[in-house]
Amino acid sequence: MNTQSIPFIRRAVSEIGRSLLVSCWFMFLTFPIMVIKVNPLERTIDWQWMRLVWIGLAVFPLSLVWRWLMMRKEQGSAKDGEDSWQKRLGERIRADRKISAAILALLAAFVVAFPFIFSSYQTQIMISALMYVMLGLGLNIVVGLAGLLDLGYVAFYAVGAYSYALLNHHFGLGFWSALPIGAGLATIFGILLGFPVLRLRGDYLAIVTLGFGEIIRLVLENWNAFSQGPSGIAGISRPGFFGIELSLSQHTVFLYFIVLALVAFTILVVSRLRNSRIGRAWIALREDEIACQAMGIDKTKTKLTAFALGATWAGFVGCIFAAKTTFINPASFTFMESAIILSIVVLGGMGSIIGVIVGALVLILLPEYLRAFSEYRMLVFGASMVLIMVFRPQGIITGVRRHYRFRQKEGTEEQGERDAASA
Amino acid sequence: MDYFLELFFGGLTRGSIYALIALGYTMVYGIIQLINFAHGEIYMIGAFTALIAASALSLLGLNGPALLVLAGLIAVIYSAAYGYTIEKIAYKPLRTAQRLSPLISAIGMSIFLQNYVLLAQTSDFLSFPTLVDEFAFMEPVSHIMRSSELLIVLTTLVCTVLLTLFIKFSRMGKAMRATAQDKTMAMLLGININQVISVTFIIGSSLAAVGGVLISNHIGQINFYIGFIAGIKAFTAAVLGGIGSIPGAVLGGLILGWTESFATGYVSSDYEDVFAFGLLVFILIFRPAGILGRTSTDKV
Repeated sequence: MNTQSIPFIRRAVSEIGRSLLVSCWFMFLTFPIMVIKVNPLERTIDWQWMRLVWIGLAVFPLSLVWRWLMMRKEQGSAKDGEDSWQKRLGERIRADRKISAAILALLAAFVVAFPFIFSSYQTQIMISALMYVMLGLGLNIVVGLAGLLDLGYVAFYAVGAYSYALLNHHFGLGFWSALPIGAGLATIFGILLGFPVLRLRGDYLAIVTLGFGEIIRLVLENWNAFSQGPSGIAGISRPGFFGIELSLSQHTVFLYFIVLALVAFTILVVSRLRNSRIGRAWIALREDEIACQAMGIDKTKTKLTAFALGATWAGFVGCIFAAKTTFINPASFTFMESAIILSIVVLGGMGSIIGVIVGALVLILLPEYLRAFSEYRMLVFGASMVLIMVFRPQGIITGVRRHYRFRQKEGTEEQGERDAASA
Repeated sequence: MDYFLELFFGGLTRGSIYALIALGYTMVYGIIQLINFAHGEIYMIGAFTALIAASALSLLGLNGPALLVLAGLIAVIYSAAYGYTIEKIAYKPLRTAQRLSPLISAIGMSIFLQNYVLLAQTSDFLSFPTLVDEFAFMEPVSHIMRSSELLIVLTTLVCTVLLTLFIKFSRMGKAMRATAQDKTMAMLLGININQVISVTFIIGSSLAAVGGVLISNHIGQINFYIGFIAGIKAFTAAVLGGIGSIPGAVLGGLILGWTESFATGYVSSDYEDVFAFGLLVFILIFRPAGILGRTSTDKV
């Protein structure tokens, strides 16, 4: 026993030593920005030495935990063949119809009852979370399935929002008639952008879409005659409910159900699309463009449909956004918004519908409920994005491709399944 | 004519700053194919560190060129340290992950760093002390070009030449080129990939810090948000010139700087960025790999 404990102690000592070094390094790193606070007007300096002490004390345990987690991650990837318990649980749920049906029913009941259980404020938050679920699912078509990195997705969102706002403002068009028009306009913009950029690859595509998003925002900001500039458009009417007057909280509940229905519709469409002919073409294009063309898939058409469909969904959500806030201005459509939507897709797990839903809920609800930390919330938000990626690079939920299993004799099949369950 | 020259030199200055930041983007991209969104934040941290160091040092009685050099040096050291640390924390664990994961990690890092500076310092604009006086010999042309602009252009020139020489002739530069070409092969030939990547981040961050100090000295005020916009512009410049190519980054930066300067001067300052991005889209339609980028064909 003694002989075993010596390397362990040596290991522990070296780990502690390294963590001490790390915490010294961070004290050095944060020294000027954390400790010295300049007041350039009065030409004085505040020295805040206590902050340095706190950083040293905080980094040391964090470094230990970090190193331990890294070690576990490396060991985990070494025995890749073994399934983790989450994966097995996921397979169990998928395999067993009864469990999955029960979970779905429970979830559906909860979601429908949500606005009646919780306050109007909570419902508002949930509406925006659901809107981001739709945005995430829309972008998932472009990024997750077709593998085209789009950093200007917010442009189509803006197109949808502004079409409803302007149509409502000038022509008094209602929500229901503006919804398809907004989505249609966004689709047209998607195709318009899609054409010139289809030749571009990977990150060139990323910067052009980013530029396109910025151009749309800047035009909206500066073309006062068209979009009323930075002051935005106010007084957009809420969706009508068969001409019946609704109170503010009733409107919230009504909007919640509209969004919920649209989310359900989106999930249906996306999941059907994924296993359709075009969906498989997208995935094939993502995996290998050349092989894909060799198999006779029309590259241009496939990419364009992905772009256009993604844009359509952004247009839908744009209309809802305008109807929800009743006021829009270009400040809502910055690059940061695109980055958040992209993060939803990647963080949740690219290509996976449940992943995108979880990602949207995490990324939108996290800052909302972090309001308790008020000023620290964006700091925590940024840090959690890094941490989730570092420890789960494939996203929170990994996308599962449809498997086709060759059916052998009944007996062996059962044997195989039992093995999988007990492994 | 004077107005034209003023815009010309204004564009040159802007372009030089974009070029300095774009160099870091392009080097990192060339080696690990990552759009380092946190790069603009490094530039911002460089500017802040210089401001803090200059204020602290001026209390000690330092002033003039010595103050600029010393504050600049401290800023470069700290930015390099930040660049190195960020790579170790946010990108190194993701080296084998799918392509988009480090990108999201970079966006997260960028949000984190912005808010870190916002919380530790302030959200207001801080006025940056004037570190260099107007040179006497610039007096006759001061209506066209200011001394700080001359300083920016000259420093960029020196940095670019030094960097080109370093990459072309030093041992490390050779290793960097090899890594950019084929990482696995470079590893097989005994190149320490981790070291090469660290050095790339350190050099890129130092250049960004130089840009940050110079432009803050020129404009005279900074806040925590300057890195974001500069980062996006510099990335545009890098792509415009052909990402991965060092002369391309400089050329892209200059073209972008001039476009913005002339668009502001002759058309309207509101649409400055629209022109910048419009030019980018236009050029990429005709040269999908940027101006100096090489189009590589995949072999099957």
